[in-house]
Amino acid sequence: MAAHHHHHNPALLHHFATEQQQRDSASFGMWIFLATEVMFFGGLFCAYLIYRHWYFGDFAAASTSINAKLGGANTAVLICSSLTVVLAIWAAQTLRRSLMLLMLVLTMLFGAAFLGIKGIEYADKFHEHHVPGASFNFDHEEIPNHPGQYAEPRHAEIFFALYFIMTGLHALHMIIGLGIFSWLFWAAWKGRFTPEYHTPLEIGGLYWHFVDIVWIYLFPLLYLIDRHK
Amino acid sequence: MSGHSTAGHSSPLKKYFAVWIALLLGTWLTYQASLLDLGRYNAAVALIIATTKALLVTLFFMHLKGASEKLLKLVVASTIFFLILLLALSMFDYGTRSFS
Repeated sequence: MAAHHHHHNPALLHHFATEQQQRDSASFGMWIFLATEVMFFGGLFCAYLIYRHWYFGDFAAASTSINAKLGGANTAVLICSSLTVVLAIWAAQTLRRSLMLLMLVLTMLFGAAFLGIKGIEYADKFHEHHVPGASFNFDHEEIPNHPGQYAEPRHAEIFFALYFIMTGLHALHMIIGLGIFSWLFWAAWKGRFTPEYHTPLEIGGLYWHFVDIVWIYLFPLLYLIDRHK
Repeated sequence: MSGHSTAGHSSPLKKYFAVWIALLLGTWLTYQASLLDLGRYNAAVALIIATTKALLVTLFFMHLKGASEKLLKLVVASTIFFLILLLALSMFDYGTRSFS
């Protein structure tokens, strides 16, 4: 570490004493940004909790209408993409250039697959008139495990509004993540990342993992309310 | 020094793949548990599994375990604290109102 003081590493900015300090500062900044993201999504989770508490049966009926297999598949897709992110960083640390590029491409492919599956799910909801708005319809939908009891459409509409806002904002984060990873791939292709300096990969990875974590909570909360028979 | 440092003395690959398998198993378990009638505990089980998965991602994929910066751990702890404050205080209010 001390050797770098003498022959200056071009990746080390002059206001940092050591590369370790520069790396720590970068990840510290990213974790603070992620803290604001947690509060941002936290407000939505709070709204979700309150309405779920009030209109549990209506939420269960609306949730059961969503294809949980697609949601589960998407969870698996994101988990695989999180693995390829850590493998890309490991490849950068161990000087495996083609593996790093391959893992970045796979990450983006998984991200695109997630958005594709999400698109299928949204299309289903549009066809079923489950999108909040003028053509919304949720009449005569039975509440799970309560035969003869029907969901109140206006309450179900609140569920679908939260569903589209939360998954939509999550999908927006995925799209931004794809943009970040396109840039990371370009930089990796140019040979910018070395075992000593690959901070952008680690910072981009933190963002990608955070988006994965949001989905880990969205999946059971939106797709799996009162599914049991 | 820290888990994300450049040193490659011991390969973390085994750990990464183990976490990946655990996360996939957790997803399968979440789905299967939702099909069982656990009464009021369905939501609790789902949230416990989700939180375990989130911990695995933060500790091992985001390298929180082994991070050298104490400040960083403070940021994470205060984030969780304020999130719980937001959710818990809101539910103490809305969850205990007598009208329905």
